[in-house]
Amino acid sequence: MMEEQSKLENEAAPITFDRAGVWDGFRQSLGLGISVFAYGLVFGVLARQAGLSLVEAFLMSSLVFAGASQFAVLGLWTLPLPIGPIILTTLIVNLRHLLMGAAIYKPFSQLRPWQRYLSVFFLNDESWALTVGQFQAGKRNGAFLLGSGAALILAWTGATVTGRLIGSALQDPTRWGLDFAFIAVFLALLVGMWQGRANLLPWLAAGVVAVIGAWLLPGKWYILLGGLAGSLVGILQDGD
Amino acid sequence: MEIDGLVLATIIGMALVTYATRAGGFWLLSRVQLPGRVERGLRFLPGAVLVALVVPDLVKTGLFGAVAALASILVAARTRNILLAMLTGVGLTVGLRQLFG
Repeated sequence: MMEEQSKLENEAAPITFDRAGVWDGFRQSLGLGISVFAYGLVFGVLARQAGLSLVEAFLMSSLVFAGASQFAVLGLWTLPLPIGPIILTTLIVNLRHLLMGAAIYKPFSQLRPWQRYLSVFFLNDESWALTVGQFQAGKRNGAFLLGSGAALILAWTGATVTGRLIGSALQDPTRWGLDFAFIAVFLALLVGMWQGRANLLPWLAAGVVAVIGAWLLPGKWYILLGGLAGSLVGILQDGD
Repeated sequence: MEIDGLVLATIIGMALVTYATRAGGFWLLSRVQLPGRVERGLRFLPGAVLVALVVPDLVKTGLFGAVAALASILVAARTRNILLAMLTGVGLTVGLRQLFG
């Protein structure tokens, strides 16, 4: 099983952090940026309906920059503002980031703390997935996440402001197949990560647990549970 | 500039807990020495999280989604081009929904 060890483990080549990496991440995220923009428009429209001002909507998208949790709290946005439940909901919906951060810790641990803790502000599902794909492909630029996140935060915040301003009824993004953009990219990344039968059981476990979790539990718990289940099966299968 | 102090505080609170979830994985692993077996298990984490992220969404897209997914996977496997795989998937989804939706 040793030869199947992922390149994520290969610490021979040092991790770099430079402008070329930022640009690489930015450029490779423009396609997804379109899809993120479409969802940002929807968020802007809903934010207006929930009573957020333009500045407030802008601040939320640029400082929080976590779509699922932002949509979730709009459902709680009534006056007087229930601050506790809003912040708790945000925390719970975003807990999956813990696992994503852990999954890319190895290469990032070679960066300086400021590079690491700045980059991680931009962590989001899509940029994280692209970053994993980069490392898996043997590329070693740690600034990729920053560049990818920068592209998507611009798309997300720009779209929020646009949606908040125009505020009219927008077409459902699913009509343009944009819901499938994320799915297709994630699948393509998984194709690149497939290293043979050793992946089969962990991935199967992750998928089954995630589907059951999504069905039974609220929010995004299923991502955490599926990720943990898959890793656990991987550990067990490894044996010692 | 229309901004309410309470709303601002709420948004800052949301931003802080979200950043904590983003930085928490790094922070924990830089402080805790994991047992060797768990450490080796970490290499399964990216794939497993990615699978968990995509499968429930994919299931919701039904038969059209399954067809588009298969096409995206084939394109990705042959070309290694993520953008092309995305365009294939989105194009097929739109086409199928327009034709049969």
